[in-house]
Order: sequence, then C-alpha cells, then structure tokens
Amino acid sequence: MTLVITTAAAIAASIVWYVTGRSQRVAALALIYWGASLMWCVDGFANLAHGEAFVELADGAQMVDDAILGVTVVTVGLAIWTIYMLITHQRRTGVSTRQ
Amino acid sequence: MACFVVGGGEAIVVSAVRAAVKRSEESRGIVDKSGRQLTDPSVEGYCWTRKLTWLMNMLWGGVALLAVEHMWHGEVVPFPPFLTAMNNPADIPEMLHEMATVGVGMAALVTVVWLVGTVVADAVARHASDVAAKEA
Repeated sequence: MTLVITTAAAIAASIVWYVTGRSQRVAALALIYWGASLMWCVDGFANLAHGEAFVELADGAQMVDDAILGVTVVTVGLAIWTIYMLITHQRRTGVSTRQ
Repeated sequence: MACFVVGGGEAIVVSAVRAAVKRSEESRGIVDKSGRQLTDPSVEGYCWTRKLTWLMNMLWGGVALLAVEHMWHGEVVPFPPFLTAMNNPADIPEMLHEMATVGVGMAALVTVVWLVGTVVADAVARHASDVAAKEA
C-alpha cells in the first residue's frame, strides 16, 4: 500500500508539473516521490523472490498500517520539498524569508 | 533492514560530483551561480548540472522516505547504533546481504531510470526545436 500511495503521489505531482508549465520546483517534488516509488518497487520484487506478495493485500490490519504509513510518507515528502524550496529560494535571492 | 543506506551513499557521491560539474559549467558560462542553465536546451541539450540535480532529487528523496518507513518499522532508531540490526551480531550478515542485493538494486534502478530520462528529455527538447524550425 505504501508503494501504491507513493506512486499515486508521484503521478499526481507529475500531472501538476505538466499542467503548471513544467516548473522545476514541482519537478523536484515529483522526483522525490518517483525515487521512493522505484526503490519500493525493488523491495516488492525482493518480496516476490522470497515467495511473498509484491503488495500485501490479504491482511486487512497490515493494509491499514501500510496505508497510514503511505500517507505519512507522502506528507513527509511534501515537508522535505517545502524546506528544500525555502533553502533554494533563499540561496537564489540571497534574502531570508524570515523578517 | 538498511537497504536505503546504499542509495544514501550514491546520493553523497552524486552530490559531490554535481558540485564539481556545476563549478566547471559555471566557469564555461553554461550555468549561472544558482545552477540555472544559461544555454538553450533545445540546441545544446540539458546541462549536466541540471541532469545531476534530477538524480540527486530522486536519490535523496527516495532515501529520506525509505528512512521514514524503516523508522516506522523500528529498523532505524535515532540513537547509536542507529540500525537495530547492528544490536545483534547474528543479524549483521543478513543486513549486509540485503544491502548488497536490494540496496544495490534500488540504487541501480533509480540510476537506469534517470539515464533513460536524460536521453528522453534531450530528445524531446531537440524535437520541439525541430518542429518550431519547420513551422517558421
């Protein structure tokens, strides 16, 4: 579920990037999510190699836990991106956002 | 266990390479001080500073979000030895094996996707320029 939610966030960020004139700022957010999605894909294939499911769907409690983790991960990604944008904005303009 | 550490190592190396490439491209007038490309991507292609920034974003983003997942599952703790697998010597070989297989696989997949992405991005930028030239 974490993989599914993060991939959905990556697709949504990519659509926003395309619609908003291919801004480099939004591209950074999409790339953060794509990087994590690709890494979790490899984790999924490793699970398959060990005879487990690529994405756990059988266990309801596990699915809910993974879904909460997925939402947490997407929120943390958004927070990291916001901090990254504040730092790069400060570097480019030479002006602190704090007055 | 600690598969994301391999991606973290690659991210550190890529960040160092990107800093060196940016200095070089800045001195050649390809990018400005903030790393913004000064040349036309539709003619020259995207500069390496920009391409390496894409890879850096993917690697650091992936590593940070996977670190959150590992913390969630109690595999990473905010105090030494940071990786809970290090507490038990019996778990260390398993952790190293996971880093060598899953960790290297993660770093390799991200790098391959990035490489394909850079080739596609350059091709799209040049194609757009060709179409504009034909229409003019």
